Amino acid sequence: MTAALPEPGRAGIGASSLRPDGPAKVTGTFPYAGDLALPGMLHARTLRSPHPRARIVGIDTSAALRVPGVAAVVTAADVPGVATYGLIGLDQPVFAATEARYAGEPVAAVAAVDARAARRALAAIQVDYEPLPPVTDPEAAMAPGAAPLHPDSPGYGPGGDHAGSGHPNIYRQIDIRHGDDPDLVGDVVVEDTYVFGMQDQAFLAPEAALITPAADGGIDMVTATQWLHSDREQIAACLGLPEELTRLTLGGVGGAFGGREDVTLQIHGALLALATGAPVRIAYDRVESFLGHPHRHPARMWFRHSATRDGELVAVQARVILDGGAYASSSVAVIGNAVTHAAGPYRVRAAHLYGASVRTNNPPCGAMRGFGVPQVTFGHEAQMDRLADALGMDPVELRARNALKAGDVLPMGVPIPGPMPARELVELVAARPLPPPLDPASPGVASGLALPGGRPAGADPARVRRGVGYALGIKNLLFSEGADDSSAARARLELGPDGVPRAWLHTACAEVGQGFVTIAGQIARTELAVEQIVLAPADTAVGSAGSTSASRQTWMSGGAVRGACAAVADRLLARVARALGLPPSVVEAPRRVLSLRDGEIIGPEVGARIPLAEALADGPVEAEYTHHHRRTERLDERGQGDAHVAYAAAAHRAVVDVDLDLGLVRVVSLALAQDCGTVLNPLSLTGQVEGGTAQGLGLAVMEELVTVDGVVVNPTFHDYLLPTIADVPDLDFVAVTYPQLDAPYGVKGVGEAPTGTATPAIVAAIRAAVGRDLRRVPVRPADLVMPGPTASAGAASPGGAETIGEAETIGGEDGHAG
Amino acid sequence: MTVAGTGQDGTAGTVGTAGTVGTAGTGRASGPVVRRVLAGGAGPGAGDDGYPGADAGPLAGVYRLLVDGTLRTVDGAWLGESLLTVLRERLGVTSVKDGCEQGRCGSCSVLLDGKLVTACTVLAADAADSRVTTLAGLPDDGLAPAVQAAFLRHGAVQCGFCSPGFVVAVTDLLGRRPDADEHEVREALAGNICRCTGYGRIVAAVRAVQEDLAGQAGRPGEAAPGEEAS
Repeated sequence: MTAALPEPGRAGIGASSLRPDGPAKVTGTFPYAGDLALPGMLHARTLRSPHPRARIVGIDTSAALRVPGVAAVVTAADVPGVATYGLIGLDQPVFAATEARYAGEPVAAVAAVDARAARRALAAIQVDYEPLPPVTDPEAAMAPGAAPLHPDSPGYGPGGDHAGSGHPNIYRQIDIRHGDDPDLVGDVVVEDTYVFGMQDQAFLAPEAALITPAADGGIDMVTATQWLHSDREQIAACLGLPEELTRLTLGGVGGAFGGREDVTLQIHGALLALATGAPVRIAYDRVESFLGHPHRHPARMWFRHSATRDGELVAVQARVILDGGAYASSSVAVIGNAVTHAAGPYRVRAAHLYGASVRTNNPPCGAMRGFGVPQVTFGHEAQMDRLADALGMDPVELRARNALKAGDVLPMGVPIPGPMPARELVELVAARPLPPPLDPASPGVASGLALPGGRPAGADPARVRRGVGYALGIKNLLFSEGADDSSAARARLELGPDGVPRAWLHTACAEVGQGFVTIAGQIARTELAVEQIVLAPADTAVGSAGSTSASRQTWMSGGAVRGACAAVADRLLARVARALGLPPSVVEAPRRVLSLRDGEIIGPEVGARIPLAEALADGPVEAEYTHHHRRTERLDERGQGDAHVAYAAAAHRAVVDVDLDLGLVRVVSLALAQDCGTVLNPLSLTGQVEGGTAQGLGLAVMEELVTVDGVVVNPTFHDYLLPTIADVPDLDFVAVTYPQLDAPYGVKGVGEAPTGTATPAIVAAIRAAVGRDLRRVPVRPADLVMPGPTASAGAASPGGAETIGEAETIGGEDGHAG
Repeated sequence: MTVAGTGQDGTAGTVGTAGTVGTAGTGRASGPVVRRVLAGGAGPGAGDDGYPGADAGPLAGVYRLLVDGTLRTVDGAWLGESLLTVLRERLGVTSVKDGCEQGRCGSCSVLLDGKLVTACTVLAADAADSRVTTLAGLPDDGLAPAVQAAFLRHGAVQCGFCSPGFVVAVTDLLGRRPDADEHEVREALAGNICRCTGYGRIVAAVRAVQEDLAGQAGRPGEAAPGEEAS
């Protein structure tokens, strides 16, 4: 069947080259981590605390060990190395030992001959819990004098302190003060509190790893992750193994979106493999996947915006509280992003932006596409609409008027690096053609499929209202706040078995679906003028590529591949120059005379025209290169500093239809204009922004992991709703392509920016349709039809400020339990 | 059934006596209790169906499934095992993906006697003697190769985990309704979740196949929409 499939790409950068792993994926032969098997392997499962907070009095595994087919049970007492791990600070126990701090925390793991025996053994483990009252409200957890929820935890600041928070339950707090007078207030003031639900990455392939104990005492692990080297560091420390004996290879990854940045089942599986001496497959099902990885932070955010009467933003104040849950994960970095983006893509004369990420007994939260930015984008964009309303101004005009341009000073006291076409984006998106109005005579209305809800029972087309909304946002690219971020790549130009020159590439970059494997080949073809590419498996035998997150791999690992290939080309050209007897000055800088083109080395000045195959006859040429981005700074105590490498902007326009009786929303049309930098692969770019947009749509109208007293009540795809093909309209996408001058080829990362703006644009459109404030996402049917406050009458007076922390009450905050 | 044994080679450490594990958080390992399993060949397939907590009911008798044209014997499965579990874990058909086990994501879409189902919500024993058509069993001379090619060309594949299920579902839809309108296409495919693409490229791929089919319509001798395998 594969004979009929199109060839993967042969083109260099700029072309819509096809995925090299596409044929295997579309024929079902691509090996995902959960598909791997070895003869004699054991199956491992994890026991989790049902309590959000409980003292563990004792664990009795004797009955579990009597279950037929069980090979081993491990608990905290069996961890030979460091007892805790974590992405930034080591505060999460491999297994809960003395206290479980969230419902779902691992307590033990079992290996058995099959998954069923393992599950039975879990049921037979006796854990003596003494439940304690959970603290599930971040405001209570961070209140002065609140008891520490994890007294043994290290801090996360530079000196291991609590990042200056002065409170044991605050992972980190940041206080940005910008402008001469942070209390400066303009003529017109709007303020409100916004609530943001917990979203899950919901990558489609649940977590899995296959671990083989090795004869040298180490392990070989194949797993689906975003960052092999970070996993290895944490796994090795907990196993008490040297890192060189802890070898990781990337298994097929079925999506990630931040949810595979933290270690989940890897250490558990490795402990069992070492204990039993047998290969171990450890895997989660969907429920465990929901419980096993950190989520997007829920947030409560207060904003006060003020402007002059003619619509110039004067001051922004914000207080952003992120619920980090029981363990730190990346909470200290996520709050950094949230606070530094809280004023949005706008020039402000004064800003006072405070934020904290807080420890509670809720599920841990960490990385998800956007990394703290979608939360504040929802808030600042709701505020911009409120302000436009209060000013009697068009919301697009207000945004355009205040949009940042390159060189404008950010609240962190530094100019925003360019290009920054924010104004252009919002104007572009507003100029896109609107969809035709809902036609009662259309077949779609007749069948009901074009109505909100898609053929809903009892729908009255006359009670459907349309609304249009806009959002503009920025998202930082790459790692921030002084991180020494790099990616390494090895490249080799060689003759294949068929005598044809080819490029061989080796990186540890995690391909999670985003398409780095395609881009890497395009870069190598561009730099080395060959068609054939061989990609070595991503593993820890090469230097770290950093994480597949933060919109960074095309820039960072793409830069590493480019650098390695360029070094290979330099060496080969020097070899040829030497062979041609050219002067030493040319051998040292051969590109002055020679270049690689279409499988040949040519040098018109010296009459050279040598097939690559001939030049490589003396042996392959290899080079390694590590790419770094420019250094950034940590924020100082006033939140000032050059914290982010670069930014990308995006603007969405959403058109929705809302059924006023049923509270159902149909997103009719989405337009996106995005600041993309140089485009390396238009097809891949389109896929990234469409996927990012759909995740923002999900957050706007359906996705929420609901907790009640700290317990997740909807950890299944039956109850956690994801957008389907019937929910997501075609995206009208305009790419704006000013090159980012300090990036390889001028690229920008593209995956995250549209996730942040899709949500507020859709909610703005719903507000416009129904005339309600809607200060919470996701918007639920009850928020649209149940009695509650309708749209604000206009600007709140400064004196009428709502107390920070007293939120909206539409529909309550606990959510509906699925 | 055959159970892959472990530890038979003597590498698995001590034959353990079970212990109570204390709660000392700082306790360092003296090594977990490890048991050799199945050294005598006893497995969960033999004799533990009465074990309290058995979660898949009693053992099913031996039954057969016609998987992609090949008769496969299933021996030793539990009565409660889903077709998904039997396909993946017992018959090694890993193109059928396990995304949710609730019939919500469509990653395990297969045809059962020609009808599109989610394998996770079908009892395998109930499907005895039925034709099960997975991605690999879609005929080479039918629609599937065109659907697969369109998925690649139009960028409908990112992580690819949903692709096998989507290809089965799209092939089924266009075989039945080659000229389905956009609403119908979207409704028919709403049982398959893709988390990566936002569906835009999937819709483009489906449209491209539909356009090709429309171009071929009425031309005798051109490939007709395929029937599923028999």
